[in-house]
Amino acid sequence: MPILRRTLLLLAAFLAWAGTATAQERSITVASTTSTEQSGLFGHILPLFTQATGIAVRVVALGTGQALDVGRRGDADVVFVHDRAAEERFVAEGFGGPRRHVMYNDFVIIGPAADPARIAGLRDSTAALQRIAAARALFVSRGDRSGTHAAELRLWQQAGIDPVAGRGQWYREIGQGMGPALNSAAAQDAYLLADRGTWLSFRNRQTLKILVEGDARLFNQYGVMLVNPQRHPGVKAAEGQRFIDWLVSPAGQAAIAAYKIDGEQLFFPNADKPEPGA
Amino acid sequence: MQDLATAFATALGLVATADPAVTGILLLSLRVSLTAVALAALVGLPLGALLAVARFPGRRAVLVTLNALMGLPPVVAGLLIYLLLSRAGPLGPLGLLFTPTAMVIAQAVLIAPILAALSRQVLEGLWEEYAEQLRSFGAGPWRAVPTLLWDGRFALLTVLLAGFGRAAAEVGAVMIVGGNIEGFTRVMTTAIALETSKGDLPLALALGLMLMAIVLAVNALAQGLRDAAAGSAG
Repeated sequence: MPILRRTLLLLAAFLAWAGTATAQERSITVASTTSTEQSGLFGHILPLFTQATGIAVRVVALGTGQALDVGRRGDADVVFVHDRAAEERFVAEGFGGPRRHVMYNDFVIIGPAADPARIAGLRDSTAALQRIAAARALFVSRGDRSGTHAAELRLWQQAGIDPVAGRGQWYREIGQGMGPALNSAAAQDAYLLADRGTWLSFRNRQTLKILVEGDARLFNQYGVMLVNPQRHPGVKAAEGQRFIDWLVSPAGQAAIAAYKIDGEQLFFPNADKPEPGA
Repeated sequence: MQDLATAFATALGLVATADPAVTGILLLSLRVSLTAVALAALVGLPLGALLAVARFPGRRAVLVTLNALMGLPPVVAGLLIYLLLSRAGPLGPLGLLFTPTAMVIAQAVLIAPILAALSRQVLEGLWEEYAEQLRSFGAGPWRAVPTLLWDGRFALLTVLLAGFGRAAAEVGAVMIVGGNIEGFTRVMTTAIALETSKGDLPLALALGLMLMAIVLAVNALAQGLRDAAAGSAG
């Protein structure tokens, strides 16, 4: 049957073609957050690391909760996220570590320019949340176990409010990343908590703007951990550790500090200082 | 309306400058989806032909299941393949998760039922026409499968294109098993999702227009091949 032979030949050619991409140089997989990827930070620092070491870095960008789960399953070599409580749990459970703190930036409370809850200019982020809840103004929550979601839930708790009571009414959990949450808030003139990096690189702002910033409670620390190679033998421990060492080295820290959007620095390296609140 | 105009302009700009990043993403999309179609065809078409000719108890149940699987949500297919390929899963040691190969597998799983169900439908009609003739040559149902596939090749091309369309358009499965890694597993649909979440709606739409143009080109090429083949055969 000539067709059978032709089909097989064609298939062999296709598979060879598809396989070419998998034959690659040394590489590691890093599970990280949407904020580090979508803000463009990785696009800036990873080529520098690859140039210095010859190791390519493949970033899978997820929420912090999901990224830690990918690490737990052994599907990444390094986890680079921003939820200290969840990271310490990850290390305590023996899935990886030790945890190194790398850099920080801050969260900001964003809302429509009309500001129906009148929070613009407040310094106290919990007071802002109280006003939003009292006004029953629309609030978009990530609802995805991300670092930003965890920070938001902590803030509500400190404000003494259970937002879940407003679920389906003014409190809207969308279960998606920072970008989709910003799109959602922009489309319905809602408030939300966002990391500054994603906000600065976000394009579809409509009337959204920063209303509350500068509160110490809005501090946002990033940490990095090697996935435990004893638990998952597939982990590329040597290459992964080199990436972590580079991130906290003067070269890596300088690369992070040099990343700017419109002249504004997005992430502040602090690996050589004691971690705030430690 | 202005967004739409910007999107068209952006798309034209990307094509005109042959932006290397976009070209790489486009080629990977084609590579993954075409390979998935080829892989799925290898299983789906013979299965469809067999179901067209064979009569056995429980056949109706198989057909209903197959038709239902055409509606398999991509995100579910992706999740199943993710759990299989994860390091903690049964095929973990292969190290295939977050590679283009994983994306090919997920899309093949997604479209194999489509190819099987549609080719069954197409070939059953053909079989009804030919059954008598083929039997007179002493060909049983098993022997009839390759003949049916060959004689139905033009109709099956449309079936393959339906599978390709589904593969090229889906985002749920490739996002989960590929991870949307820049320069490695990022394809058109995951790039569109990414640009949408970055709020760059004109760029997202521009990439969407390019994807549609590519799917159109593949279909036109297939139609051309079919016409040429039909011409030389007639």
